[in-house]
Amino acid sequence: MAELSYGQAVQDALRVAMRSDDRVFVAGEGVGISIHADPNMPTFSLLEEFGARRVKDTPVSEAAIAGLAVGASCMGLLPVVEIMFFPFMTLASDMLVNHAAKLRYLSGGKSSFPLTVRVKTGVGFKAGCQHSHNLEAWMAHVPGLKVVCASTPEDAKGLLLSAVFDPDPVVVIEEMMLYWMRGEVPDGDLRVELGKARVVRPGSDATVVTYGAAVYTALEAAGMLEQEGVSLEVLDLRSLVPLDRDAVFESVDRTGRLVTLHDATKFCGFGAEIGAMVAEEMFDALKAPIRRVAAPDIPVPFTPPQEEFYKPSAGQVVAAVKSIL
Amino acid sequence: MSQISPSLKKRMYCEMVLIRSFEDRLVQMAAEEGRLPGMQILANGQEAVAVGVVRALEPEDVLVTNHRSHGHLLAKGADPGKLMAEIMGRSTGVNKGKSGTLHLAVPEVHALMTSTVVGASPPLAAGAAFAQQYAGSGSITVVFFGDGAAAEGSVHEAMNLAGVWKLPVLFVCENNCWAGAQALHEHCSVGQIAHRADGYGMPGRFVDGNDVEKVYATSRELVEHIRSGKGPALMEALTFRMRGHGERDHQLYVDKEELARWGELCPVRCYGEKLLAEGFLTAGERQAIQDEMEGRVKGAEAFADMSPFPAPEEALDDLWVVEPRQYRSRNRR
Repeated sequence: MAELSYGQAVQDALRVAMRSDDRVFVAGEGVGISIHADPNMPTFSLLEEFGARRVKDTPVSEAAIAGLAVGASCMGLLPVVEIMFFPFMTLASDMLVNHAAKLRYLSGGKSSFPLTVRVKTGVGFKAGCQHSHNLEAWMAHVPGLKVVCASTPEDAKGLLLSAVFDPDPVVVIEEMMLYWMRGEVPDGDLRVELGKARVVRPGSDATVVTYGAAVYTALEAAGMLEQEGVSLEVLDLRSLVPLDRDAVFESVDRTGRLVTLHDATKFCGFGAEIGAMVAEEMFDALKAPIRRVAAPDIPVPFTPPQEEFYKPSAGQVVAAVKSIL
Repeated sequence: MSQISPSLKKRMYCEMVLIRSFEDRLVQMAAEEGRLPGMQILANGQEAVAVGVVRALEPEDVLVTNHRSHGHLLAKGADPGKLMAEIMGRSTGVNKGKSGTLHLAVPEVHALMTSTVVGASPPLAAGAAFAQQYAGSGSITVVFFGDGAAAEGSVHEAMNLAGVWKLPVLFVCENNCWAGAQALHEHCSVGQIAHRADGYGMPGRFVDGNDVEKVYATSRELVEHIRSGKGPALMEALTFRMRGHGERDHQLYVDKEELARWGELCPVRCYGEKLLAEGFLTAGERQAIQDEMEGRVKGAEAFADMSPFPAPEEALDDLWVVEPRQYRSRNRR
């Protein structure tokens, strides 16, 4: 056990994977020598340990980076490539949507593509909407891609190691606002099974289903509601695909009330899928309508008061819960 | 071309005749109502490129191709019956009916990936070539793309990356003079795509794509360069798309005289006549090759015709190695 930052936990996962298996390599823009020489950055110091054969700084070419992962994984390697910021995923998306996700299916199951794409997401670093855009629902909508997002250093390590050794393509979304957040992380080859949600805080009056940095918004709301005698359960999905349906059902069975929460925009957001699933499969267990808390349907604004306005707040979660009690 | 042995000449001719017979039969089948599902994007007239390039490879070298792939795959050794069954959507097809004509993958002959997204094949090939370099295998990757694909940004990214990392990949641009309904000068900023090789720090060669021996010799030269660790190369093979983009495209935008002129340059017939004139084939042998290859295509068609379609619900298979549970779970528990 060691106390690591979220970014160091990512490094730790990559070190464990690369030490144990020569098929693993890392590639992306600045994954070796970076303009961000911060020890909490996710690929910091990997170049020193593993050398330029396995830590590949690429040209600024997202399509080529993603194509590298698809082609190399088809040959049996276990690529871990980085797309620097989620909005740049558009440039890599043909390789992921049309190739990583489909080529196994098109081959009739003959080929496989055990690749991992790491991508940074998050709201709050004041770079505007072409660096901040939570596009996880896009990725989750593509059959053939697995999608995970950790909220803690321990999960950041365990989910990434599971992704690297998973035989299917996995998009690992990293919350860059959490890179400096510290927590206890088990040593060695830690795996967090893909498709297993985690009850972060048990409760009995309502369930908030969330993931990523929004978990902390939910926890803040749970603390506020506790002052008023309301018990909020916080469920961290950790994995959007595969989705832990049973964990959602089990929680809503007990609480009878569902609120979904994410930093992505509301319309066609992942909360809509969770809400529809619960309404479709366990309507009778609901004591009240479902509520969705999400960002307004606008690009992430730049100027600090507007960016703060954009990000769903604990107050909004509290209001949503109260509206269905 | 004295380095090409008589047996190789004969082999290349046989393969070109097989490919032409296969695709000529597809032309006929496509004209029959309901015989073939989907569209047929054929490479009649481009056989010399497929055969000349693939004969310059070792069996374990990797091939990445595109929507116009039948010739490349047959040259690489794919089974004609399983290809035909796949084109007809049958369960015995090389990809169990999941691919059809457009996305054929034949890993058993190292034809690993095929993309119909124009320009997507080169980045896939760069990835495969990286794996070969990483493993120190000594193998190389060849990727086929068209003159139309050369306008895609992904091709630029792949060639630049391959140039920077000296990846063992041969980029083969089959310039068949037409990209959809556009002639080269309407979509391409240079007269020869091979000139772009300079911009990526790799050798570029322009070759008569209807002359299989020239294609083979140039490919050999470039493959040797690549295999020696000097990095990638680009070959542009000038040829002509004798059929439309799909059998419902009657190429009304192509000048009839141009089409007729290229018809006279037919790579299969011209090579047969050349081998005859040079004494490498007798008229009887040439006819026997024709009969044998047409017979193989008939056999392939018969195999496909006898094969069943896959069950509709088998559409749910083959997407994942480890399938997420949520998709098939209809009920709550």
